[in-house]
Amino acid sequence: MTRAWMAVAALACLGAGKPVLVPDVSDRQVQIVYSFTGADLLLFGAILYPQGRAPDHPADIAVVLKGPTQSILVREKRKVAGMWLNADSARFRSAPSFYAIATSRPLARLVDGRTAAIYELGLDSLQMSPASSAPPDEQNRFEQGLIDLKRRAGLYVQDAHGVEISDGVLYRARIAIPARVPVGRYVAETFLIQDGKVVAGAVREVRIDKSGFERFVAQAADRWSLAYGLVAVGMSLAIGWGAGALFRRR
Amino acid sequence: MHVYLPIAGLSVNMLVIVLLGGGVGLLSGMFGVGGGFLTTPLLIFYGIPPTVAVASSATQITGASVSGVLAQMRRNGVDFQMGCVMVAGGIVGSGLGAMLFRFLERLGQIDTVISLTYVALLGSIGGMMARESIQTILAHRRGEAPRHRQRRHHPLIAVLPMRWRFYRSGLYISPLAPFLLGVLTGVLTVSLGVGGGFVMVPAMIYLLGMAAQVVVGTSLFQILFVTAATTMIHATTTKAVDIVLALLLLVGSAIGAQIGSRFAMKLKPEYLRLLLALLVLAVAVRMAVGLTWRPGEIFSVALE
Repeated sequence: MTRAWMAVAALACLGAGKPVLVPDVSDRQVQIVYSFTGADLLLFGAILYPQGRAPDHPADIAVVLKGPTQSILVREKRKVAGMWLNADSARFRSAPSFYAIATSRPLARLVDGRTAAIYELGLDSLQMSPASSAPPDEQNRFEQGLIDLKRRAGLYVQDAHGVEISDGVLYRARIAIPARVPVGRYVAETFLIQDGKVVAGAVREVRIDKSGFERFVAQAADRWSLAYGLVAVGMSLAIGWGAGALFRRR
Repeated sequence: MHVYLPIAGLSVNMLVIVLLGGGVGLLSGMFGVGGGFLTTPLLIFYGIPPTVAVASSATQITGASVSGVLAQMRRNGVDFQMGCVMVAGGIVGSGLGAMLFRFLERLGQIDTVISLTYVALLGSIGGMMARESIQTILAHRRGEAPRHRQRRHHPLIAVLPMRWRFYRSGLYISPLAPFLLGVLTGVLTVSLGVGGGFVMVPAMIYLLGMAAQVVVGTSLFQILFVTAATTMIHATTTKAVDIVLALLLLVGSAIGAQIGSRFAMKLKPEYLRLLLALLVLAVAVRMAVGLTWRPGEIFSVALE
């Protein structure tokens, strides 16, 4: 119902001269249950141009899915006396726990560095708030190390051709959420980019939560930790005793 | 068959974890050790966060040692007085270990310390066991009767003040010795996720000089209570006990242990000890190599 109203409102804006975005996501809520091995989130929508038809230079789309930010410590291993030990470290106050960006063309051809930095478009433009007074090249080394690590874990993703635009007006992008994804409030942002400028943007919220048994266990471990520990001990005693008794009878 | 581990926060192949538990259980049934020294590194290798691996492995060892303790009790193989002193030490040790663990974690050196401790412990104990079992095997081959080592406690133990009589163990020694031994294994249980049987048993035989028939039972008794205490400590401090992971491991190890103990009856004990020694040494060598090789990941992330 609200979606219908949004479309009506969007149509009403058509006279304004600027294109308008009507975005949506396939799931407002991603539930992590016992069989969760990751999920695909579909971000899709329509671009409404004034006069209702796509211009000769169709605009581009960038979609971003961002997880809750975390304050983290990145450590770097170095060889000390023949062994690899954690040596230097750097602190980042606002590293996104998850960041995926998909664009209809490579990002470098869509926006310049300044615009990318303002809208945090692309892995190289993340604002991580480094909290140390280390020289920039050292901070950069840690930042690249972090991005590389998260990238291979599937938690940072940059897909240069991840957005499909059909007939210049309908777009869709599929973002893979790996099983190791942290839970929390996610933000799905869609940007309409024309001639190197962001001309329209829209935000949708996505919640990723443990549910059912998984949620219960995680909450119990956190809130009633003493009882949780007792149950864990009781369970292992019961199984150990049970198995012993079972095999002895044979 | 994937299943999501609610505390570890990732999904694993259920079959892999059950088989891992089964394999470790098989070995523990064969050799009479808990097998924590294999479970924890293998879980970490599979991608489980180290703290979760250590905590859940301790939970699993509790279950794995129950039937052993009951069997030993029926055989009258537990010195409860000695066991209680060791449990008291173990609980103090696990408290200390938890503090040490948190301190090292903050320094960022916990992984290195865990690996180094493994290398030192497994290397020395594996070496000792291998030497002893090879000597026994060679003596058998030459047809000599195995020399019986005279049972007596280490001179260092005699120095400790205050002496108690431990009737079942046939000892008149200071309770501080088993207490301190308990403290040591408590620290190991909290920080490494091992029961500590592979340290306890040789120490009880060679340092304390306990009567052989109560060594295994008393060690299992101590492990049962100290791993249970460790689970409680991890549950309330690190909150890293994954009940689903522990359950999967237990199902595997409960079955594996029964098969293993049947297997063990077909082999001569000295060959069994040699096999265990080689296995322990292999884990030690793998860990030592891992410390010196360039790691797969240079960077690591810790939440603040």
